Amino acid sequence: MDLNSIYTQLIMEHNKSGHNKRPLDNPDIIERGHNPSCGDDITLQLKIAEDIIEDASYTGVGCAISQASTSMMIDLIKSKSIDEALNLVQTFIGMIKKEIIDEEELEKLEDSIVLRNISNMPARVKCAVLAWHTLKEAISK
Amino acid sequence: MNKLNVDEIKKDFPILDQRMNGHRLVYLDNGATTQKPIQVIEAIFYYNTRSHGNPHRGAHQLSIRATDEYDLAKERVRQFINAKSLEEIIFTRNTTESINLIASAYGREFVKENDEIVLAISEHHSNILPWQRIVKEKKAILKYMYLNEDGRIDTEEIKEKITKKTKIVSIAHMSNVLGTIHPIEEVINYAHKMGAIVLVDGAQSTPHIKVDVQELDADFYVFSGHKMLAPMGIGVLYGKKEILESIPPFLMGGDMIEYVYEKEATFAPLPYKFEAGTQNVEGAVGLKAAIDYLENIGMDKIEEHERFLVEYALDKMLSIPYVNVQGPKDLNKRGGIISFTIDDVHPHDVSTILDSYGIAIRAGHHCAQPLMRYLKLPATSRVSFYLYNTKEDIDQFIEGLRNVRKWLGYGS
Repeated sequence: MDLNSIYTQLIMEHNKSGHNKRPLDNPDIIERGHNPSCGDDITLQLKIAEDIIEDASYTGVGCAISQASTSMMIDLIKSKSIDEALNLVQTFIGMIKKEIIDEEELEKLEDSIVLRNISNMPARVKCAVLAWHTLKEAISK
Repeated sequence: MNKLNVDEIKKDFPILDQRMNGHRLVYLDNGATTQKPIQVIEAIFYYNTRSHGNPHRGAHQLSIRATDEYDLAKERVRQFINAKSLEEIIFTRNTTESINLIASAYGREFVKENDEIVLAISEHHSNILPWQRIVKEKKAILKYMYLNEDGRIDTEEIKEKITKKTKIVSIAHMSNVLGTIHPIEEVINYAHKMGAIVLVDGAQSTPHIKVDVQELDADFYVFSGHKMLAPMGIGVLYGKKEILESIPPFLMGGDMIEYVYEKEATFAPLPYKFEAGTQNVEGAVGLKAAIDYLENIGMDKIEEHERFLVEYALDKMLSIPYVNVQGPKDLNKRGGIISFTIDDVHPHDVSTILDSYGIAIRAGHHCAQPLMRYLKLPATSRVSFYLYNTKEDIDQFIEGLRNVRKWLGYGS
């Protein structure tokens, strides 16, 4: 196992920066997601206007992987449509499961592509996918 | 007193002799489960290659041998915790099943509306959930004894929470999170004065300190084999004979009966009344071999060795400014478990990073969410020691600890 492929500069920066970690004023959707076995616990907040995610943020606690993954996802989905966001979730989960390996297809995941190596660390996969599953729950309703 | 010869002991544990992620494996997750010496592995092997049959059921030689092995294992457990008679030793799958048995069978029979059941806030979920269920069913009341700043339950708290209304007190001998050794003698004495019975969860204590159920005067004492060198799937419920006799059976099925008619049945005497269905004989055989191994070394020496390890580790950990140790600092009040946090780093990241240095530790809420909430911690990292751990293991752990923050981009 190579820690360098997991704890990358980008993950550290997202974990530490906290620029997406704040409550929103009057969010349209609030969705909580947690991993009961390890205690990662995040709450996504979304502002949606005419099917477009205008703003997004999160609050909560968790490990560096879960926090960075959440922050990267939020950067990615802002000003995207619900359908686009759902498609990104599918692509991300596909990448983690190693079902999607085509570089061009993965490009749209931007920063979060660095989390692809997490599949080599089975104990931490659930940390990486928590935010994405939570988003899917929130917007498929 | 002779010190433990840990180098010799380590040779008995083949699993420890391997490298993990390019480093010497350091196993510090003994609170979760322990490793098996070759003596335990071989005892199970010999049982399976010479004596396996269904005990108490056949007239053929293998069934008789299996019966002998099973009963011998039970007798070994009786001696180990100094129970009065074999009738007081019941084999279960694990501590969780033992607690469920008492909560369900004793609780359903004896707990009435408005009765109180008292736990410590530091209990493992397995010593909380079975009581929550019985309290709901019976409209009884669940109360908690809280810890003081040193992670201990003090006399005032015991006297405030345990009253004449208390029916059952259920408490761990040693906390699986903080390593605190609770004052269970005091709890038991006081509970008995108030007319309550006491269940002691010995999952973390039995493997590490000498337990004498008669001296403690515990009404029930429960523990698991796999935390004391034995296989998973074998656990023990000790109960005072007169109390066990007053409780109806828990599981119904084969081997726990006397006579069965179309519409009713009478039950086997203790301890078989509580052992329905085919039992885990090879687990019992493994547990006997584990007890032989531990007693051959001496529980007092194991305890002394672990105390040395805790003192050595605590001293080093407390000298690192960004490491925060939870639980009592007084060595006389704690066992071989240390929970800690590292500034700015989540326990799961600590665990993953240490794993890359070959060090196995536990991270999370340790199945003790009410305690974590009480301590206002989302999670902790935990190291837990056993007889095969060495000073070198702790040195490697401390070196790993010093590297953790760097991986997450902090200066030191």
